Amino acid sequence: MADKQFEPLIIGFTCNWCSYRAADLAGMSRVKYPPNVRLMRLMCSGRLDPEFVLKALRGGADGVLITGCHPGECHYLEQNYKALRRFLLLRRTLKQFGVEPQRVRLIWASAAEGARLAQEINKMVEEIRALGPLTWRDVISANGDRPLEALPAEEVTA
Amino acid sequence: MSDKPKLAMYWASSCGGCEIATLNIHEHILDVDAVFDIAFFPCIADFKVKDVQGYPDGYIDVCLFNGAIRTSENEEMAHLLRQKSKVMVAFGSCAYEGCIPALSNLTTKDATFNTVYLDNPSIDNPDGILPQPVTLVAEGTLTIPVFYHTVKSLDQVVKVDYTIPGCPPEPHQIWAVLEAVVAALTQGAPLPPSGVVGAGSVAVCEECSRKRDVKKIKRFYRPYEVDPDPDICLLEQGIMCMGIATRSGCGALCPQVGMGCRGCYGPVPGVTDQGAKMVSAIASVMDVGKMGEIDEAVLERQIEAVYDSIPDPAGTFYRFSMAHSILRRTRVAGNGHGKE
Repeated sequence: MADKQFEPLIIGFTCNWCSYRAADLAGMSRVKYPPNVRLMRLMCSGRLDPEFVLKALRGGADGVLITGCHPGECHYLEQNYKALRRFLLLRRTLKQFGVEPQRVRLIWASAAEGARLAQEINKMVEEIRALGPLTWRDVISANGDRPLEALPAEEVTA
Repeated sequence: MSDKPKLAMYWASSCGGCEIATLNIHEHILDVDAVFDIAFFPCIADFKVKDVQGYPDGYIDVCLFNGAIRTSENEEMAHLLRQKSKVMVAFGSCAYEGCIPALSNLTTKDATFNTVYLDNPSIDNPDGILPQPVTLVAEGTLTIPVFYHTVKSLDQVVKVDYTIPGCPPEPHQIWAVLEAVVAALTQGAPLPPSGVVGAGSVAVCEECSRKRDVKKIKRFYRPYEVDPDPDICLLEQGIMCMGIATRSGCGALCPQVGMGCRGCYGPVPGVTDQGAKMVSAIASVMDVGKMGEIDEAVLERQIEAVYDSIPDPAGTFYRFSMAHSILRRTRVAGNGHGKE
């Protein structure tokens, strides 16, 4: 680890109407943000099933970023509120599984906030870099059991 | 022994409730006796593991295996019975998805031992003796099974043909499955496709007779805090009920007597993680101020205040499904570089 910096892998779920476009805007405006985050587009942060977050963590992600429209600006009226409520309960649940709260974050970013999103991603990458790798599959083998098998790939219908 | 089909039922890490539920099929137990020879059933008949070891492979036609895999003995018995059985049934919630024993996946083996053997008001263990897998005594070496760090379900150690969910499975469901097996063995009827049997394919709510309306929950109550209305949906009254995320088949027994569904029949078909679905569902039905009416920080505090009335979210949402959950167990300090 001394000569090579730990590069966290972060799965980012973005909303089609705001944060995905914010990321796009960041790109078009040549605002740099680290390549550690792999963005995935959902139609809305309200589409985010907590299972997605758990699967990402078990599948090797060191953190999960959830992004959505600012409160009051949801394309589907108030699904981002639902996302907020799910996120807060999931965070409590994950704490009991030993997942630090910094690893799963919720950020609001409108389509005009490319620079802000890039800044938040930067911040999150550094926070998780400081926490170190999660390597969930080894969580079990660290106790002398076989490592977790990979989850089978699954098609999620829209 | 006669040439009747052979039935076995074994308990691994379990409470014995599955055996009671099986015997609770009442007079049908006579039909079971008429059709099957009991080949191994420690709860009701005096067989030894040596007897099972002596059977040829595939000698047992149906093995009902209940209990989770907590110790090396549980795992050895699972392998032995798998080898000797044509059809292996994960019987009950423990074998299916870990059940109550797997809740200890939220802590560590050391913490479990500490509570059980050292730090407990009813414990008298001045020398702090803990079970050791291997002990040397004058007469030789004594061994006891190894206590695993992580509780596993049966299908995580051997191949399972059928799963009967429930804690315990309801007797009428057990009989329905046994009846299908008996018909297959005596009349050549086709066996059901492998997977979950003896349960429904919708949520418990579908079987519950309580009146449902729009769910708007302001806070949750623990069972002792309220006297629930006998006719209205328990969740609507703020009583934690897992029915919305749980497979049907039990007849909604608990909610109908005023106790929120515990979730023992596991996730509904197509769901991997019952707890995640419960997080999702609970968060969706809260009533915490209207959109745009209050400041975001205030809203967040209000949501957190509602969640404060759920004292143990992971233990509640994964009460029965921890060993089958996506994350499987808690992360112990020392894995990775994580800090608490």
